[in-house]
Amino acid sequence: MHRETAETACLSWDIALPVLELRDLRVSFPTPAGPARAVRGVDLSLDEGEALGVVGESGCGKSVSMLAALGLLPATAQVTGSVRYRGRELLGAPGRELRQIRGAHVAMVFQDPVTALNPVIRVGRQIAEGLRVHHREVSRRQAWDRAAALLGEVGIAEPDRRARQYPHELSGGMCQRAMIAMAMANEPDVLIADEPTTALDVTIQAQILDLLAALRRDRGMAVVLISHDLGVVASMAERVAVMYAGRVVELGAAGDVLGRPRHPYTRGLLRARPRVSASSRDRLVAIEGRLPSLVSPLAGCAFHPRCELADERCRVEEPELLPVGADAVAGPGDHVTGLAACHHPSPASGRDPHPPASGRDPHSPSAGR
Amino acid sequence: MTGPLLEVRDLHKEFPHRGRAPGRGAGARRHRARVSAVAGVSFDLARGETLGLVGESGCGKSTLARCILRLLEPTAGSVRFDGVDVLAASPRQLRALRPRLQIVFQDPYGSLDPRMPVWATVAEPLVVAGVPRRQARARAGELLDRVGLEPEHGQRYPHEFSTGQRQRIGVARALAPGPDLIVLDEPVSALDVSVQAGILNLLADLRAERQLSYLFISHDLSVVRHVSDRVAVMYLGRIVEIGDGPAIYERPSHPYTQALLSAVPDPDPGAGPARERIVLAGDVPAPTDPPSGCRFRTRCWQAEERCGAEVPALVDRGSGHPCACHLAAPVGGSTGDGA
Repeated sequence: MHRETAETACLSWDIALPVLELRDLRVSFPTPAGPARAVRGVDLSLDEGEALGVVGESGCGKSVSMLAALGLLPATAQVTGSVRYRGRELLGAPGRELRQIRGAHVAMVFQDPVTALNPVIRVGRQIAEGLRVHHREVSRRQAWDRAAALLGEVGIAEPDRRARQYPHELSGGMCQRAMIAMAMANEPDVLIADEPTTALDVTIQAQILDLLAALRRDRGMAVVLISHDLGVVASMAERVAVMYAGRVVELGAAGDVLGRPRHPYTRGLLRARPRVSASSRDRLVAIEGRLPSLVSPLAGCAFHPRCELADERCRVEEPELLPVGADAVAGPGDHVTGLAACHHPSPASGRDPHPPASGRDPHSPSAGR
Repeated sequence: MTGPLLEVRDLHKEFPHRGRAPGRGAGARRHRARVSAVAGVSFDLARGETLGLVGESGCGKSTLARCILRLLEPTAGSVRFDGVDVLAASPRQLRALRPRLQIVFQDPYGSLDPRMPVWATVAEPLVVAGVPRRQARARAGELLDRVGLEPEHGQRYPHEFSTGQRQRIGVARALAPGPDLIVLDEPVSALDVSVQAGILNLLADLRAERQLSYLFISHDLSVVRHVSDRVAVMYLGRIVEIGDGPAIYERPSHPYTQALLSAVPDPDPGAGPARERIVLAGDVPAPTDPPSGCRFRTRCWQAEERCGAEVPALVDRGSGHPCACHLAAPVGGSTGDGA
């Protein structure tokens, strides 16, 4: 809408910079047993109009990193590092400044649309509220009309009637559309979508993914898509970051990461998943053991107790996220194809150099440290 | 004995629902609507077979499972387990049947008693069946070992276990009375993929080792394909298509099955030719007011007049497996022409 009026006075962007840049982001939460280190040094950057997928299992820190980046964690969380939106530091920025960016330039869509909406406020008013916060000059009436129009734009039939309804009167898919409408209200250039389709059925998921793709195409918006589902990420993201125990363990073009994974954890994730397109009933390969404790992290690579390639070095030295393979050009940087945090990354060629082991899987994890 | 292990015929389950029928004006009088959750489901399950039941939330999968086990009383229809009429069984007969018919629930948090040590949970069906406590406890230890937990962990309480371990406890409990059939209601939906794989492997091993039959309920088409011999697809209380795995996954003839399969995102960048994606419009209609005729017609891109007038029967329409669609493509036909 009228973005310039609000910010040109105090903000100016450098277009050459990534829209969003996380550097050495660390988050810890106090617990009786000591600080739980949920995010342990994450570096990510997002280019203009790009879609970045962040995958990993529950507890790997993918949501916490993004919530921390937007200052949405509770005050007890300790966040260090740097988060820049077009070069402007967000961590430690005064609330006033943060509020100008959050919601207007960087918006977020949450996992469970039904609980993320306020149950006692009409859907239209919730969307209008976001508009009026950033554009005081917009009247209630105008904001309401715009809210209804947004509901129409995200594909909700009878938007005027739906705007007057409460969240419980909408289906899960419609609530997620309403959440997306809310995020779109101020025409952000970055959308962070945290498991946007996890609570939805597969046919509704397809609708929402289509909608996100269309919005991205029409508005040139950059998207961070957080998901545990590699298939969802593959359908949308150009680059993929795989997280494990609070760190990015692999980063690269989506086709490379999902087609020729370098990190044993990424390979494990891909092998553990049955495929809808394959009729094979071979044994799946589970990743044995469990996530290391966040309170007392392991020495060395966090994945080593569960890794079939682990050796002495892995137990001592934590690997850095570095370029791997022949196609890797020297110099770390997000845009080199194929970064992996592993002492034994698999080579660039060959689809799966470590075929699934056969036989009965031993259950107990190899005893930690 | 021969014949299928489980025969379900024309099963119906309706729930009373107070409130306004949807789609009427605000002035419509309140009346007792009925939610038709399962509307005439019939299928057989052979001995040693795994039948996968897929469908989206609210399609009646879990209600169907609970009706089969008589955890809910069906409104109409019949369920025969090994020749015995489950719905007509007296409480005494039912108690004799229960050990042979077990269930594993989706939520490994809600389905274990937080105040019972897990050995007691696993041993409970044995104790109920009259096994002395000491023996039952020893047996529980063996079962915990079999599902991949330490027997000594029996003294612990559910909160001390991870989600995957709890689901293993649920499986041990279902195994305890020595069942022939286990109904698995979304057994891996709450689990991360790496853990999910371990549970699926365990279920496959147990099935081979004990000649178990499974009714495997899931909304996840990939998981269902992996575990099932045959697959039934449900939509709004009815089975719309049923057949063996390759038939359903490679030659789906019902438009809903086609749409469902095309909507599954596949992470493999090189997985064959790009599949044609069919994105269905709209949501599943409310079960309080299901569409007349074919219940899928409101979202179907092929629907014609006949679909609203006539309920399509679940019969083989030339594709080699039963499909409940008036317009199902005959054998050799292509799979619809997209939206």
